[in-house]
Amino acid sequence: MSPISKLILRRLAIGALTLLIVSAIIFWAIELLPGDIATEVLGQSATPETLAAFRERFGLNDPALVRYINWLGGALTGDLGLSMANQRPISQLLGDRSFNTFFLAGYAALIAIPLAVGLGIVAALYRGSWLDRFISSSTLAVISFPEYFVAYILILIFAVHLQWFPSLAAVAPGMDLTQRLYVTFLPALTMVLIVMAHMMRMTRAAIVNLLALPYVEMAHLKGIRRRRVITVHALPNAVAPIATVIALNLAYLIVGVVLVEVVFVYPGLGQLLVDSVAKRDITVVQAACLIFAATYILLNLAADIIGIVSNPRLLHPR
Amino acid sequence: MDGLLEIQDLRIEGRAQDGWREIVKGVDLTVAKGEIVGLIGESGAGKSTLGLAAMGHVKPGLRIAGGSIRFDGQELIGARESALRDLRGRRIAYVAQSSAAAFNPAWRLIDQHCEGPVQHRVMSRAQAGDEAVKLYREMRLPDPEQIGFRYPHQVSGGQLQRAMTAMAMACRPDLIIFDEPTTALDVTTQIEVLAAIRDAVRDHDTAAIYITHDLAVVAQMADRVKVLLKGTEVEEAPTREMLAHPREDYTRSLWAVREFRPSPRAPVTDPRPILRIENVSASYGALPVLQDVSFSVPRGRTVAVVGESGSGKSTTARVIMGLLAPTQGRVVFEGQPLVAHSRRRPRDLQRRVQMIHQMADTALNPWHRVRDVIGRPLEFFLGLRGAAKEARIRELLAEIELEPAQFIDRLPGELSGGQKQRLCIARALAANPDFIICDEVTSALDQIVAEGILRLLDRLQRDKGLSYLFITHDLATVRSIADEVVVMQKGKVVEQGPKDRMFAPPHHPYTELLLSSVPEMDPDWLTRLLEQRRHGASGEGAGEGARGNAA
Repeated sequence: MSPISKLILRRLAIGALTLLIVSAIIFWAIELLPGDIATEVLGQSATPETLAAFRERFGLNDPALVRYINWLGGALTGDLGLSMANQRPISQLLGDRSFNTFFLAGYAALIAIPLAVGLGIVAALYRGSWLDRFISSSTLAVISFPEYFVAYILILIFAVHLQWFPSLAAVAPGMDLTQRLYVTFLPALTMVLIVMAHMMRMTRAAIVNLLALPYVEMAHLKGIRRRRVITVHALPNAVAPIATVIALNLAYLIVGVVLVEVVFVYPGLGQLLVDSVAKRDITVVQAACLIFAATYILLNLAADIIGIVSNPRLLHPR
Repeated sequence: MDGLLEIQDLRIEGRAQDGWREIVKGVDLTVAKGEIVGLIGESGAGKSTLGLAAMGHVKPGLRIAGGSIRFDGQELIGARESALRDLRGRRIAYVAQSSAAAFNPAWRLIDQHCEGPVQHRVMSRAQAGDEAVKLYREMRLPDPEQIGFRYPHQVSGGQLQRAMTAMAMACRPDLIIFDEPTTALDVTTQIEVLAAIRDAVRDHDTAAIYITHDLAVVAQMADRVKVLLKGTEVEEAPTREMLAHPREDYTRSLWAVREFRPSPRAPVTDPRPILRIENVSASYGALPVLQDVSFSVPRGRTVAVVGESGSGKSTTARVIMGLLAPTQGRVVFEGQPLVAHSRRRPRDLQRRVQMIHQMADTALNPWHRVRDVIGRPLEFFLGLRGAAKEARIRELLAEIELEPAQFIDRLPGELSGGQKQRLCIARALAANPDFIICDEVTSALDQIVAEGILRLLDRLQRDKGLSYLFITHDLATVRSIADEVVVMQKGKVVEQGPKDRMFAPPHHPYTELLLSSVPEMDPDWLTRLLEQRRHGASGEGAGEGARGNAA
């Protein structure tokens, strides 16, 4: 086997192992919560009979290890069990919500990644100029505000004053794509602004780091245009650090935007998680956490693999 | 004379702590069409800066303060960026010292080769590709049809340097700047590169500026030589004339290291060797790097280990230091076998065996002051503290000929290359060792600075009875400092013995190859050598076999 496929397989195995460990941590952490779950969920009106039936139904009488293995086996086959609060299958409940979350994250990513990498290249190209300073300081200014604040400012400008976009991202299943893109524009824009600074600054730094290297000077001395030197000579060698920071920000777009979802009343996973915690809907919380963890691990895995593949020494061994 | 490049009274300044400081101080340089001019001097002489200025380029932190650079009648100082870009690569090309660093690691060689001609609209991509193969063949690269489809890390250093020369010739430039193109190469590889460069430049009637610190190399390449010192011209003359009758003392001092000889030694009192390497084999993973290596180091003497890169010299040092465990054999120090791992060796044993590295730059922590660098081994090995430690640091600084008051608080960044190497020597001395491994300690230094380091090592050996294992690929250094020589090739010892015997015939074919590859001051040396080797190859095949092994 070529060393590169070996490396990638090893990363995949490590990713799977990490996910297994994380699933155990999620399960045991929730196990450690104080109080009796059945009493918490059913409330004061519960009779001993209903409590016993509830425990029976959710297998709460089994030892923790047995429940963990059952849960894990279910999760692997796509069956995440029933919601404790409303007895509906969790897979169904999460289905719509995850679609919404991934849709919004994808929407934001499609704008943010090209924009951030492009601005990073421009900033590196005109390093030290007013343009570079403007790009750096404005993106930095935006991330120094809390995200809900950015969201409210955007609502104030685009929804209240200009009335271009709705302030509520009210999506419904079956909505057509343009309509969906229109109503989710403001939350997507908020998220673009939040994640852009990191990616842009990393792109700029990764390229600037390379500009002092002999092969970049060599390209100049070959009479190559500056723009081409940066995009064709420097950028391919800066892929690994840029991919890493993009993966971290993509993960943030999915798991870290609870506040943005709340502000725009957007029915995503984050809101579901918050609601479920409030309702002590343990099974849903576990399932949502597992999805978040898997997203994080997969994205970082992807960045690692891109880093490996972009290294010519590994891709083309001697 | 038909001037292609005319530089007059060029002044270039570098940013210093207190404003700008002149580093090229009014130098003139003329290159005629098809002429090769050698620029020679120590580092800091401004030769690379001058070479780059011929392309209208200065490194960041430098600026052109005055003078004129005219290329084919066109003034380059103050010229528009687009005008300079049009000249660079197309009419003036550059060959860098380290081709491994100057090739983009992410691109195949041929793509980098063709970029210039295509971007300058001299040729189509297909045409440029065909031309590349032709040039690769002219540069005598193996498998010229296919080598371009490799990535830089897949090609050896000597081949890469030839590929870079081919790339410089891609647009058929009128002038090529060669910036120390063979300095990083082994002597045997250097010859192939020198021969290929010289023939290619002559065949295409290309003018060249050849920058080097090695007078013997420049003698083979240049029609005319200019000697620079600290940004000013020392002298300029046709090559043969300069070699026969150098006008300035400084020019004569440039081959000083070749004339350095060690001081007379006291006779050896204790006949037992201080270090014996017995049948050592070692490998990196599955790759064997040392095979059955045996030799010994006499007390108070210097054993030089020579060979090309990849011959296992540095690996031998790693085994002695306990950084790499041998798969077979053992190292015996003062009659006691050494534990394979340095961490399990008693501290006193660690103290007695020290090592000085090739790159003083990277062997020093940039945030440790001179005081800390020397102080650490004093504390660690000898338990010195406070005033006793301070006094010893000053003593050691005096010993390595650095004024204690002036240097004790400096950071490595505030030292020159030679001073850094001296500091590394002081760090090794601080442990009061009996045995020091010097791994290519002078390879990164100019001849004059290197000579200073050799003198220092020689004096320390005489005063303290130190034993050295001196690893080098430079036979001139071996001739200067060694008592005994071990020649290594591909992880094996091919020949060993006292220096005088090694430098007198008959030689092992590989030793012969190494010795004959050292450039000599005679301008006809390269031509004659290539001639001889060609005859030798057709005549008996022995020399060819050795050369094949070396490549």
